[in-house]
Amino acid sequence: MPMTITEKILAAHCGKKEVVPGELINARVDIVLANDITAPISIREFRKAGAKKVFDKKRIVLVPDHFVPNKDINSAEQAKLLREFSKEHGLTNYFEVGRMGVEHALLPEQGIVVSGDVVIGADSHTCTYGGLGAFATGVGSTDVAAAMITGEIWFKVPESMKFIYTGKLRKWVSGKDLILYTIGDIGVDGALYRAMEFTGEVIDKMEMSGRLTMANMAIEAGGKNGIIAPDDITKKYEDGRAQRRPKYSKSDKGAQYVDVREYDCSKIEPQVACPHLPENTKGVSELSNIKIDQSVVGSCTNGRIEDLRVAAKVLKGHKVHPDVRMIIIPATQAIYKQAMKEGLFDIFLDAQAAVSTPTCGPCLGGHMGILAKGERAIATTNRNFVGRMGHPESEVYLSNPAIAAASAVLGRIGSPEELK
Amino acid sequence: MKLKGKAWKFGADIDTDAIIPARYLNTSDPVELAKHCMEDSKTPDFMRKMKKGDIIVADKNFGCGSSREHAPIAIKTAGVSCVIAKTFARIFYRNSFNMGLPIFECPEAVDAIAEGDLLEVDAETGTIKNVTKKKTYKANPIPPFMQELIGAGGLMEWVKRKVA
Repeated sequence: MPMTITEKILAAHCGKKEVVPGELINARVDIVLANDITAPISIREFRKAGAKKVFDKKRIVLVPDHFVPNKDINSAEQAKLLREFSKEHGLTNYFEVGRMGVEHALLPEQGIVVSGDVVIGADSHTCTYGGLGAFATGVGSTDVAAAMITGEIWFKVPESMKFIYTGKLRKWVSGKDLILYTIGDIGVDGALYRAMEFTGEVIDKMEMSGRLTMANMAIEAGGKNGIIAPDDITKKYEDGRAQRRPKYSKSDKGAQYVDVREYDCSKIEPQVACPHLPENTKGVSELSNIKIDQSVVGSCTNGRIEDLRVAAKVLKGHKVHPDVRMIIIPATQAIYKQAMKEGLFDIFLDAQAAVSTPTCGPCLGGHMGILAKGERAIATTNRNFVGRMGHPESEVYLSNPAIAAASAVLGRIGSPEELK
Repeated sequence: MKLKGKAWKFGADIDTDAIIPARYLNTSDPVELAKHCMEDSKTPDFMRKMKKGDIIVADKNFGCGSSREHAPIAIKTAGVSCVIAKTFARIFYRNSFNMGLPIFECPEAVDAIAEGDLLEVDAETGTIKNVTKKKTYKANPIPPFMQELIGAGGLMEWVKRKVA
């Protein structure tokens, strides 16, 4: 029977020739991930179960990234727990401050996750790795604890939805805009329990950073995973980086989809998701005079070097508006160094933006850019829920890096085309 | 197991940041987390008003957003006996079964229940009785595998049996 790429990867990981949507399987996991917020519960459950050994010390990845560099004593205690557990079990993939990065930017960059993998992480944006053509999904801490012991996890095979992106991208439009537009179309539960497969000529030409951004936000539509079939762009990205041999597959002709949606991208302008749900999307030109107090470029969604380059291109020769604080957060140490080498920091600092060490920080209202009551931010992050970046009466608008940078200069939400 | 309590109604797409804001996630202590349960929702004083056994009744996609297990932990430790919603977000659904928070999908009951109604839920059969309105509803059946997890006493107990 013809299968989707999601079904193929899941079948390969439960020793079956084929699987069908709705089927319950026990899948072998290639990588198990947790961070400084979620791992403490996993470690507690692991110990409570009386477990002595992890199933494979190379396949458990612990990344303190949410509240590090430690924002307070409690956060320091949580990060310490990860460090001690990693030492105790000889985990090879523990990433300390100075070596770490925002987990979902770090793992693909380091070649820890590869095409064809099954990856689970106690972080909802684990779905990012679908950009590489892996089956990756967020789970809770207890699921991670169980998988750390067994190397397996149970799944219900999801139904797949197919999204086809055609036409030519307009100026300043990126993967972020396409995924925001898609979420705006289907809603925050439009892909509940389902696989979101992104296809079409636009995806075929899209660089890896845009693909990772699109898969990253599948969860914002309720999706179990987002996935893009690996191709030459994927192979080029993984070449010299992959720590294990990638496995390439694609959906069969005749594979079954519960829904197929086609978007003409030449009609899509840069998108902004208004408070307080990612589905509240509008074209940037529809928003007039929405003043902002803060602009954030960074996160697992848009903190890669390509994102920083776009922000720099827009900011070059401009100054951040006097009423705005702009915070730029390279997602990993390698991205930080690369941005520095390329002279992007000169542009950012000349524009009077603040550049931070890698952290999830403000995206989840953790630290490094919290909003006061009544304040408003535009951010390249992934969620704009009530209180997401700080006070419950603050607001977050989501956009791509070009719009966030232009808005920082304008002092209101706007496009780079408006900059003189 | 009979669960009994007053209904607290919430809208659609209640996200995990509303259930337990990230600013409190610098601890995983259930008691600390429970103090802030539903703090960023439309009922920020939920913890001061609710009584042990009370029931959260919400529209579609309850628990969307983050994978934080702190959300069902906060709800359970707060003393909420169960959550009834039209639908649940995927990770929240998994987490609830894994750590033992009873949840029920029942769109008809959600539509008919008003805030403050006294409810009685039979966790085994999924029967929801609105004592105030004298009406009874049947929640969507819990999938057999989930029942197996519950029977084992949660995911970790199930895993322990498997590896033993």
